This record gives sequence, structure tokens and C-alpha cells, in this order.
Amino acid sequence: MEIELTVNGRRVVAEVEPQALLLDVLRDQLGLRGTKRSCDVQVCGACTVLVDGGPVSACTYLAADAHGREVLTIEGFAEMPEFERYADAFERHAALQCGFCTPGFLLTIKSLADAGQLRTEEELRHGLDGNICRCTGYRGILEAAREIAGVTR
Amino acid sequence: MSVIEEPRTERRAGEVGASRRRKDAQIKLRGQVQYVMDMEMPGMLIGKVLRSEVPHARIVSIDTSAAEAMRGVVAILTGDDVKDLEHPYFGHAIKDRPIIAIDRVRFHGEPVVAVAAEDEATADAAIRAITVEYEELPVVDSIDRALADDAPILHESKVVPGLFHGLGRLPDRRGNIGYHYALRAGDVRAASADADIVVEGEYRFPAVYQYAMETHATIAHYQPGDITLWANCQHPFLTQAEIADLFGEPIGAVRIVVPYLGGGFGSKSYTKMEPLTVALSRKAGRPVKIVNRVDESMVTSRRHGMVCWMRTTAKADGTLLTREARFYLDTGAYADNGPRVTATAADSAPGPYRWEAVDVDANMVYCTTAVSGSYRAFGATHLQWIGESQIDEVARRAGVDPVELRRRSLVEKGRPVRPDGTGKPLDADLIGDVEKVAAAVGWDEPKGRWRGRGVSVGLLAAGAHPVSRASIRMTADGSVEVNVGTTEMGQGARTVMAQIAAEEIGTSSDRVTVQGADTRFTPYDRSTGASRSTTLAGKAVQNAAANVAARLRETAAETWGVDPADVELRDGHAVCGDQRMSFPDVIARRFGFRGGEIIEGGEVRPTGGQTGSYAEGPAFWEVCIAAAEVEVDPETGVVELIRTATVADVGKAINPQLVERQDEGAAMQGIGNAMLEEMIFADGLLTNDNLLEYRVPRIQDLPGEMTSIIVENADGPGPYGAKGCGEGALAALPAAIVNALADAGVSMNELPVTPERVWRRLQEQTNANRTEETV
Repeated sequence: MEIELTVNGRRVVAEVEPQALLLDVLRDQLGLRGTKRSCDVQVCGACTVLVDGGPVSACTYLAADAHGREVLTIEGFAEMPEFERYADAFERHAALQCGFCTPGFLLTIKSLADAGQLRTEEELRHGLDGNICRCTGYRGILEAAREIAGVTR
Repeated sequence: MSVIEEPRTERRAGEVGASRRRKDAQIKLRGQVQYVMDMEMPGMLIGKVLRSEVPHARIVSIDTSAAEAMRGVVAILTGDDVKDLEHPYFGHAIKDRPIIAIDRVRFHGEPVVAVAAEDEATADAAIRAITVEYEELPVVDSIDRALADDAPILHESKVVPGLFHGLGRLPDRRGNIGYHYALRAGDVRAASADADIVVEGEYRFPAVYQYAMETHATIAHYQPGDITLWANCQHPFLTQAEIADLFGEPIGAVRIVVPYLGGGFGSKSYTKMEPLTVALSRKAGRPVKIVNRVDESMVTSRRHGMVCWMRTTAKADGTLLTREARFYLDTGAYADNGPRVTATAADSAPGPYRWEAVDVDANMVYCTTAVSGSYRAFGATHLQWIGESQIDEVARRAGVDPVELRRRSLVEKGRPVRPDGTGKPLDADLIGDVEKVAAAVGWDEPKGRWRGRGVSVGLLAAGAHPVSRASIRMTADGSVEVNVGTTEMGQGARTVMAQIAAEEIGTSSDRVTVQGADTRFTPYDRSTGASRSTTLAGKAVQNAAANVAARLRETAAETWGVDPADVELRDGHAVCGDQRMSFPDVIARRFGFRGGEIIEGGEVRPTGGQTGSYAEGPAFWEVCIAAAEVEVDPETGVVELIRTATVADVGKAINPQLVERQDEGAAMQGIGNAMLEEMIFADGLLTNDNLLEYRVPRIQDLPGEMTSIIVENADGPGPYGAKGCGEGALAALPAAIVNALADAGVSMNELPVTPERVWRRLQEQTNANRTEETV
């Protein structure tokens, strides 16, 4: 089937199988490999992308469901001026190690911050609970996210 | 370990000790970093693996005819395709693991058939079209079953030692016991004859999955005399040698390129999916990529489950007398790193205490379960929580504060750690560290009924075999390339290596690049694991950098007609009195034009008649010290982690922020091992082979307060007195949590301490108390 969507601000027309996952279409058909595959069951958050501004796990989201929608991946986010503030906070707080989970965290934070859902420490911890990081122990990520969202402890 | 050239170590560049930003931060943040799964090679096929559905069976027949007929299927590999190799079994310790199942399967998930096809969908379809007929054999899915008198024996042929077991002579198997290690000193019976306090128990530690978020991934291109792999392996040089050995090629004919890894934690140590991928490429005649799913990586490597009996005796005043331990580690179907894990666990069993006598009996047991290997802080994590809970029980019965008992009983700096006096003496101030973590969780503060605090102390034999080489090239523009085999798997090695080189050469780490290993060009490094990289590979980098610095001083001195010793290198310049020359100018002087380069090497190896063996080691003792404060809800068994504190006793923090993050990451995995994680096998089948049912720590699992304390006593053998970190907190925190729970009134002898287990234990204790009252 043919789908038409916006990916990182550009219109894309793609021929996909009805059962194709958004993750595979992004990675294999569009070559956007900053979106990572890990758990395959919507637990780890490594494949998080934004669809119409909201975070989804691309590993369990049908490409067909993205028809007519706007998708933002890390490659697109990295081109936005506001990205520098995010990247700077992550760097200064050493909020990344192997980097495999990092795009997912950044997009989740962006989505929730844009929606005004990261106002308190509780909202931060709740909002980021769907992204796993196995390296850092989360403290650096929390510190960076607090700074980005303007949350004071 | 010892070192060939002792470089000048005064600090010039302000790099060492500075929390520099990660050199890989930008490409990782922007999603530009390429992991193996993101890579493609011209003509590359996609490989998929059909894995055994049964835990133990004879393979009767494999029907691949339907798959072979499919368009786009290029090669199908079975055990028959590797029988032409001299010994198609691998394992760095014991060569007991077939490249792909040969006539028999020994665990649920063992590769039986591999398919290479033009695309993933075709490979998947081909796998589904293959049928395998099995004749099932008895399942040996637990240590108890493996040790039973009538247990089927999983490995009958004689032990073939691997290339890198590093453990002296490998003993013969006894039944399903594939490796045995003993540690004895003194006469336990005599020394415990007058004991007033005897603490004894049986303990269980579950199988655990490392969960590196990037699963195992390999691209292999086999050509006779030229085998190239792009693999996410932690130990490329050991894997290179093993692949060469397996496929009958010289080491130099095998090239392994290692990009960034999406986490390792031991799961990608030694050799895993590489031989199968090479064999499939050999059959296909084209490059092949195999990327595991999570459920496949779970059966590729995991932590050993364990059953342990332990007894500790002491005098009435808490003076320690004897420690005995006998334990069995479930290594699964094949040895992998089981022998080393067993030996390291034995080293951790006594704990760093002064004993009258010690008797440790450590065993590696084969079972028909997925293969166990290395997972961060192996051995120490298994034993420390048991030994330390017995120390706390001694303290309780003697009426002595646990910190005070440790103050009286711990080995002191400079004294032997191993009870038999062999190996490296203690190179850390344990008592100082314990006092720091205890204070951080409010040791002396008053607390309520269901709140408890605990500390734990241990040591981990770290460093592995002390062989690392590095080379450094300074190009005509004064920029520096560090070539070192360390795998960047998140720990920040490339950043730290750049800082060390910059410090020694007197330039900025911004001027330094560090690449991943490519065994064709990169100098040899034994491995990335055992907390060894900063200490050993870092020392090789420091030595190489010192040699580059010597060349720069030499040329500047010649130019100015002064003694090289009077030339200083700082801010990218050679300086002597009023004279000053930039590095590019120094190189231009040396070669007479704006070209040429300086290339120097550095090395770390055993010297002074030593062999670098396990018995002589370790290179350093990694400190495993933590404290925890918990609160138990007696109604639900839920344990709340109020405060934790861990120590990164690193000698010298090259990059303090990265040390802290490493320590916190290890602490978080310790929380997972202690409270959440457990692979559950039923009749040999892994029942929770996904991240929904196998629960790892998330952000909400952070303790209320998490403290990481960096201790710098410059007592390590690495650059600037550094020694490794990143494992200690994982071994130490489960022990501290278990001790805190016991302090709150719940003594646990099985991990993880899930709410259900805690609740059950509380009921047992309540019932036992009731019975006592009735009697």
C-alpha cells in the first residue's frame, strides 16, 4: 500500500506492506538509522519517535497508521535550533554513555516539555519511565532533563 | 603488572582530573553514530538463525528443501557444513561449543540452522519453512539435577583447552562439573573448634541477563586467506585469534573492525555470534549480517545462576575465625567464561578479612540451559552478598556494630588479600571507604521499626591479563591520533585515552582523536573488561605519549642547542626559557618541510619473570563497597530504597564526571540484580525471554538519594596512580541492600528480593516466632 506522510518536515510517499512497522520503514526504506531497535515490545523506548508531536514506540507502530501524519526522528530534531539546548545539557551532565537510548530520551523529553507535561520532579520521573538506559543509572539524564524543562528540585 | 618505560608524570596540560565532555557526545546525541546493526556492506546478505525449540535432544533430521527452493535464499548452514573444520568447536577457556549444533542440541535456543538471504523477509520465511526432527533427551535444567547421581552427562569427550583460559592446567571433568577451583589456607576444623558463633546457610543467586540495549550483531565476509568482520565485540583481539584458529587461517588473515558498542557489560566479551556468521558467509560466498533479537541475545550470554553453602565462625566478641564456602555455578550448556567466573567467585568468597582458616570449593556445572559468560563484576556479585550477610549476622550475635566489626577485621593496606598469601597485596584503604559510605546513609541516625541500614565490603580481582599496546601518531599539523584497542561501549574510554595522551604530550584533548579497534592496524590490547582499560590500556597510551613527547623535546633541543631535559611541552608548544616553538614547527624542523610525522608505541606486559597468570594477579583489586538504607512495608513486602552510597576508589580520576557516571550505572545494575532481575527457566525453557517479563531498572527505581563517592589515593598501577572502576558498585550494592533488609528484620537468602519473596520470608519468620512462643 502507498502511504504519504511528513518525515522531519519533508513530504514522503512510500510503498509499504500493510503489516510494516514504522521502525523498519524509517530505518530501511528512509535510511534514518538514528532510531534504534532493541526490545521490540514497546518497553525500552530506544525506538521512540514523535508522531504529530506525541512519543510513540516505532517498533510496535504500523507505518500505515502514520499516513497523513507528521513524524519527527532524531535526525530531524537535530536540525532544529532548540536541539542545541538539549544537546548542551546532555553533554554537560554526561547524560549519555553508549548512546543507544539517547535519541529516544531526547525525543521523549522534547515531546513532554512541548506539551507542558514536565513541570515537576514527579512529572519528570513519570514521563521518563518509559525509556530504559542501561549505562548511566539515570542521574545524569534526570539532571539534564530538569535543566531543559526548567524544573528545580 | 609492571611497565617498561616509566614516563614523566608531572602534570602539564590540566587534562587529567578534568571532567572533559565526551568526545563521542555529538554524534551520539544526533543519532549519527553507527553501530554494527546500522552498517551495510556491498553485496551483503541478511542472516537469520533457527534455534532449538527443545533443551536437550539428538538431531534426527533437518529438512531444508522448501527453504532452499525459495527465491532469494543464498545459503543454508547446518552442522554438516562445519564438519570439514579440524575442530569446529570454540571457547576461549574450553573448546566445547559448536559453531552451530552438530548432531545434538544442549539448550533451548541453540543455533541449529542458519540462513543467508537477499533480504530479511526472505530469510525469515526460509527459517519458518525448515523442519527439524528431534529425539529428546533428559533435561538437566538445574544445578540440583546436574549433580544427581543419575544425571545424564552433557559433555563426554575430553577437555580441549581454549587459547585463553589463563588458569594453569585445566582439570578433568567430574560428571557435569566442568571446572573446579579450590582456595584453602589453615585448618578450618581446628580453627573453628572453639567457635562461639556459627553462621551457616544455603543461598541462591539467579541467572541474570546483561541487557546491553544493542543486541549482538556481526557482519562477516569470508574469503580464503582474508576474513573480515565488523562486530560489536569487547575483546576483538581474542576473537580474532579464535576465528583464525577455528577456520585454519593465520591470525593476520582475520580482520575485526569494532565500531561503537551500544553497551557491553560482559555480554559481548570473548567470542559469541562471530563464528556462526563467518561460517554462514563461507557457505554463501558473500558478506552476511546477523543481528540478534533480544530473546536471542538472552540465550547468547547471561550471568551464572548459583547455589552456595557458606559457614562463618567467630569468637563471642566477634573475632573472625573461619570461612567455608562450597558453591556451584550454572554455566549452561557450554563453558564460555565459566572457569574464570568460578575462580573469581572463589577469590571473592572469603571477603577481605583476616581469617584463621579458609576453605573454598568452587564448581562450574553444565546444565541444559542457555550459556553463561561474563557479566560485570562476575564472581564478586555472586559471593559478596552472602559473605557480607554472614559478617553482619556475626556482628548482630556478638553485639558489635557492623562498621566497627569491619574496622577490627578487614585486611589492611599492603597485607595479602588471598588467605594463602599469593597474589597482589591489598592496594586500597577499605576502612576509610566503609566509613565514608556509612556516613552517607546516616549510619548513626535514629530510625523507625521497618527501616534498616547495611554496609558491604568486597574486592574484585581486576585487570585480567596485563597486556596492552598502543601507538600514537602526531601528524604535521600537531594533531594526535591515538591507536588503542579498547572498545568504546559507553564507559568513555576514547575520551579518557585522549586526556591521558594530551596530558603527557602537553596539548589539548581537543587535538586528539581516538578510533575504535581495527585489528589490521590497531596495536594489540588483551580485552575491554575487568575494569582494565584506563589502568592498562591507559598506561600503554601514556607510555606511547611519553615517547612522542621525547621526540618533540629532542628536536626542539637540537634546534636550540639545549639539553632535551630542559625542554618543556605545554599548550601545544615546546618551551625552553624564552624560546617557544609550536608542535607543527617542531615537526617541520625535524623533517625539513611541512610533512612527516611522529609515531611511537607504548606497551604494558608482565615483567620480572612473571607470566601475568591469574595466580600472580590481579593487576589491582577493585574495591566493592556500598551502603544502603531501606524501608520494608510488612503488609506488601515492598522494599523502598531510601538511600544508597557507593565508592569509586579509583586511585586517580582522569575524568571525575565519567567516573561518577560509571559508578552510578554499576549501582543501578546492582539494584536490578538485587531487587528485580531473574531469568526463569522451567523444564529447560527460558520463560521470561522479553523485557516485559524480565524487568530491568527504570528511572522510577532510582533510590531516594544516590551518592557516589570518588576516592583518590593515587594507589593504582595505572596512569597517574589510576585504577579501574565501574564494577565495584554492582557487586557491593546487593550485599548492602540484603544487610539493610536484615537490619530491618528480614533476612534473605535468595535474590532478587522481590516483594513476594520478602513477604513470604516475613510470614515464615512470624510463624517461626509463634511456634517458639507456643513451645
